[in-house]
Amino acid sequence: MTVRRIPTTPFGPRGAGALRRRIVVGCLVLLSLVLITLTFRGEDDGPLAGVQSAGSTVLRPFAVGFERVAQPFRDAYAWTDSLLEARSEAERLRAEVRELRARAIQSEFAIQENESIRRLLDYVDGARFPEDFDYVASEVITRPSPAFRQAIVIAAGSEDGIRVDDPVVNEDGLVGIVTRVAARGASVQLLTDQESAASAIVVGTGAQGIVTHARGTRETLVLDRVRKQDVVRRGAQVVTAGWRAGGLSSLYPRGIQIGEVTSVGHTDTDLFQQVQVEPYVDFGTLDAVLVLVPLERGR
Amino acid sequence: MTVPSPVRGSALLFGAVMVQAVMVPPYLLSGTPDVLLLVIVFLGLLRGSVAGAAYGFAGGLLFDLLTLETLGVTSLVLTLAGFWAGRYTETTGRGRRLAPLLAAAVITILAALFAFLLHYLLGEEVVARHVLVSVLVPTFVANVVLAFPVYVLVRAAVHERETAEPAQKVEVFV
Repeated sequence: MTVRRIPTTPFGPRGAGALRRRIVVGCLVLLSLVLITLTFRGEDDGPLAGVQSAGSTVLRPFAVGFERVAQPFRDAYAWTDSLLEARSEAERLRAEVRELRARAIQSEFAIQENESIRRLLDYVDGARFPEDFDYVASEVITRPSPAFRQAIVIAAGSEDGIRVDDPVVNEDGLVGIVTRVAARGASVQLLTDQESAASAIVVGTGAQGIVTHARGTRETLVLDRVRKQDVVRRGAQVVTAGWRAGGLSSLYPRGIQIGEVTSVGHTDTDLFQQVQVEPYVDFGTLDAVLVLVPLERGR
Repeated sequence: MTVPSPVRGSALLFGAVMVQAVMVPPYLLSGTPDVLLLVIVFLGLLRGSVAGAAYGFAGGLLFDLLTLETLGVTSLVLTLAGFWAGRYTETTGRGRRLAPLLAAAVITILAALFAFLLHYLLGEEVVARHVLVSVLVPTFVANVVLAFPVYVLVRAAVHERETAEPAQKVEVFV
């Protein structure tokens, strides 16, 4: 004979407990759906955006505090990671230094030459230069799930003069663009996001295309829409094109470096070349960024 | 003076949100451990479906506020995750030693699938291979590895003791 004791539970399948459970969960699911709907239907300055902005502002000090605590651990990881790569990097860098030294001398001459050429060429309908921008420096405070969006949240927002569509850079090059702004925080869509795109140009040959994220990769970019007759070489630099046509202009200023061409290919059936670009920015270790704010808008 | 269990659970939840949003570096690997999901699953396991759903909603809302994401998306996913975990422990999972591991593993996969579907329905450009292979596989492994340490932490935080409940019904099998 076997005796099994059955403990009772307050949330059994029947009775008042079950009803209460269903009501609570139903309400929470409904509330979530209402929030999603209101967020999608609402404007950037709607009441829910205000709530989100206020909530973000309240939580910001905690996030900054946790960020400070996390920083040594992140640095330790980056240091260990860099040690592993250091050996192979050292040899490559020595060769690069020699080459860059030679290039630097050439660049000095080029800068002088460029100054005079730039004065001669009147870009009446030309690109927007970074000189037209001021910058807001900010640290990165949070990083949403990488599964659905490649984005970061920075600790500066509309109170600092930041608006949606402001370009974001760091010392290595183009990082992304501001997609959502709160009073003291902003969400930045990285260049490696599926929905990011930036018109770009290959330095030297002038081949133009659109830089997007390469599907199925982590941080590789592709320079899409490059015509077959355009010349693109491995190792060439890719920078933002910064076009302007009539009243319209690119969101990015001209000449911000994006990356280096790592492979070029095309097939007979392709309309365009397949150009892979390795970004200069290490999107995995972003700690601080600069948001470019147009001077004409003011802060 | 002892701090009530819901307060300790809320503090733990707040810490998990901060860890997930700030401290876990998502770009070091394609996928990272979802500490917030684990904490909510284990709160659901230890506190039941209603508490699990409530913790899930609150945790998701905080996460969306902090990361400026679409409000309600993470709440919806985590509400159901906490609820499922609670129902599991209220029904077939009660007393099973591997329940935390099993719940963490299964709910990690279900939550990823549901979140993928939700983002797709909301019109966001999501790549199935990226979400369901590149991110989910390492996240699944990391969550399974971390399941027991996090469970022990959550149990210690909410002071859940595995005490034998007084039986009120007895079934006799002959």
